[in-house]
Amino acid sequence: MSTKLKGLFAGVAMSTMAVTAANAEDLVIFWAEWDPANFLQELVNEYEEETGISVTVETTPWSDFQTKAFTEFNARGSAYDMIVGDSQWLGAASEGGHYVEMTDFFAEHNVGGVMAPATVKYYAEYPGNSGKYWSIPAEGDAVGWSYRKDWFEDPAEMEAFKAKYGYDLAPPATWAQLLDMAEFFHRPDEDRYGVAIYTDNSYDALVMGVENAIFSYGAELGDFETYEVEGILNSPQAVQALEDYKKLYGYTPPGWAKTFFVENNQAITEGLAAMSMNYFAFFPALLNEATNPHAANTGFFANPAGPTGAQHAALGGQGISVVSYSDNQEESFAFLEWFIREDVQKRWAELGGYTAHAATLESEEFRQATPYNEAFYQTMFKVKDFWAVPEFAELLTAANQRLYPFIVGDEGTAQETLDALAADWAATFKKYGRTQ
Amino acid sequence: MTHSEPRAGHSAARGLSDKSIRNLFIFPTIAFLIIFNIFPLLFSLYTSFTDFRASTNAPANWVGLENYSYLLTNEFIWRNFTITAKYVLISVSGQVIVGFGLALLLNRYMPFKGLITTLLLLPMMLSMAVVGLFWKLLYDPNFGIINHSLGLGKFEWLANPDMALWAVAITDIWMWSPFVMLLSLAGLSAVPKHLYEAAEIDRAGTFYTFFRITLPLVAPILMIAIIFRTMEAFKTFDLAYILSSQPTTELIAIRLYKMAFLEWQTGLSSAFAYIVLVMVVGITMIYVKYLNKVKER
Repeated sequence: MSTKLKGLFAGVAMSTMAVTAANAEDLVIFWAEWDPANFLQELVNEYEEETGISVTVETTPWSDFQTKAFTEFNARGSAYDMIVGDSQWLGAASEGGHYVEMTDFFAEHNVGGVMAPATVKYYAEYPGNSGKYWSIPAEGDAVGWSYRKDWFEDPAEMEAFKAKYGYDLAPPATWAQLLDMAEFFHRPDEDRYGVAIYTDNSYDALVMGVENAIFSYGAELGDFETYEVEGILNSPQAVQALEDYKKLYGYTPPGWAKTFFVENNQAITEGLAAMSMNYFAFFPALLNEATNPHAANTGFFANPAGPTGAQHAALGGQGISVVSYSDNQEESFAFLEWFIREDVQKRWAELGGYTAHAATLESEEFRQATPYNEAFYQTMFKVKDFWAVPEFAELLTAANQRLYPFIVGDEGTAQETLDALAADWAATFKKYGRTQ
Repeated sequence: MTHSEPRAGHSAARGLSDKSIRNLFIFPTIAFLIIFNIFPLLFSLYTSFTDFRASTNAPANWVGLENYSYLLTNEFIWRNFTITAKYVLISVSGQVIVGFGLALLLNRYMPFKGLITTLLLLPMMLSMAVVGLFWKLLYDPNFGIINHSLGLGKFEWLANPDMALWAVAITDIWMWSPFVMLLSLAGLSAVPKHLYEAAEIDRAGTFYTFFRITLPLVAPILMIAIIFRTMEAFKTFDLAYILSSQPTTELIAIRLYKMAFLEWQTGLSSAFAYIVLVMVVGITMIYVKYLNKVKER
């Protein structure tokens, strides 16, 4: 081998080592493309200032977030060191070996003690009640409601409402009131509609919309420990909840058949609906005069209580996990140690992120920071979630296939719909050996 | 210097035999086909008989014909097939009627014929995703221009389960009729003029001329257009996915995508893909057989 050639190889080897060393200083977090991801990038820039280790938040549109993440997992790719994944991925990602277990990290840093209990339960623990943890609650989120304050506080409307329904017009405290108010404001002739709800059945929008009713009506999706669904998912409370969700669909603007967070915010910004269901993470845009001409007249409330007084909401948000195939796991855990610090969580909340840190959430400063933070605080201690088992996507597909035709297509009854869905889910759990 | 260059080139050319040059062209192509076509095809055939899930680290277990049997007895899958068949029928027949009609109109003298033909071809040059988003706005019940132009008030095209498939098919017809028109124009221009002259001398009527001269002679090329459009309509994904999420518009390609990349049921979706492949090949073979019959006439 000539000296020149040897020199060339040596140079290449040195450069490779240098690049590897440089990569260890660069961490990549993968998340969906939305405002909280931008807030996180701002936060991690401060980590770089402190430690010299740069962190990049790489994003992709929500529509292909899951596909892209799992494609990378399946390829055992090391493109991402950490991922801010959906709560329902926990089963698939942990059983598939894609997430690094964090149980020891939880114990060492008392993560379970400092984060809101519901967020630890749904964003981090899998299987349920197992004491095994896979994520740090990062972006707490849940479904809440925005409404048109000027419509609700209009004296003429208040008088007309009281005359018709016998009680004062105010943000609804119960689902029965929500239905009354949706009906009251539904005036197609005036281009004004009662309510905007989730109906998109492409992924989990419609199901989470329905969950808000089911959970608050005191019903459940099933028994998360035994995987039994028969008699639970199709209980009388769940049937009533589904019927009422369908009633709400009747008070939506025309063409409200494939709607998620974008459309539901538009319902308020375009002055279409009196009330709109959406994740808290999308509420900052409603307070911005540049994006919402009705910003000054937009108010917020938590998901109302059901007939028995139970009050819950569908969980959104994500936890941050370390990817098993990352070459920088040690550095990632060092970053997470920084991320869970109280001052960092406080800063995270200041930047616009929805912290799951219990002390920060409970602080007066946080609760008074925006018009919706109080509702968010109340909600985060009452959230419930969808199944987090590896086969969650099949359960979701079955739910979309059964719920959508009933709610939007007016096919069958609520009882038939939930009976059929319970049978589908029972068959899926049996297929995967969770039940006999 | 000027003499040495051609000589060097000549000697280099002499260095490679015809066989080597042939191999140089063929082997990369064969390697490409094996890596990107044949291997995935065989591997997916194998996975279609297993319970393999790409999202887990679990090994694939052989399940025999279980996946095929599940798919062929599943009510939702049959609904997807029925919807797709309905969509293909509406969409392709609409494209043939509109496309062939336009070709007949353009197959005669008219001012600005070239410009009009070019303008008519524009829809098929657009991206499917753009067309989907664009038509979603056109169909909007609140501000869509379609309802406004037709005086339909707040008629719901995409939110109405009974109308959504028609709305997707109308968009597809708008986009791909120009393709049928283009092929039909080529066929029409190849019809010998003397046949029309003879028919005129024999005082043949317009319908007689159309059904006895025009249609039989254009039929082979029209059949090719129908084969292409049927195959394309059969695998439609983006347009329906963007325009509507109604169960009544869930075509087999959409269901397959969800099964493979949202639910990660890799084995099951491979079996589904093979069922679709067999169906498309079967339909195409029927068309080709008919095409050969038409040609023989």
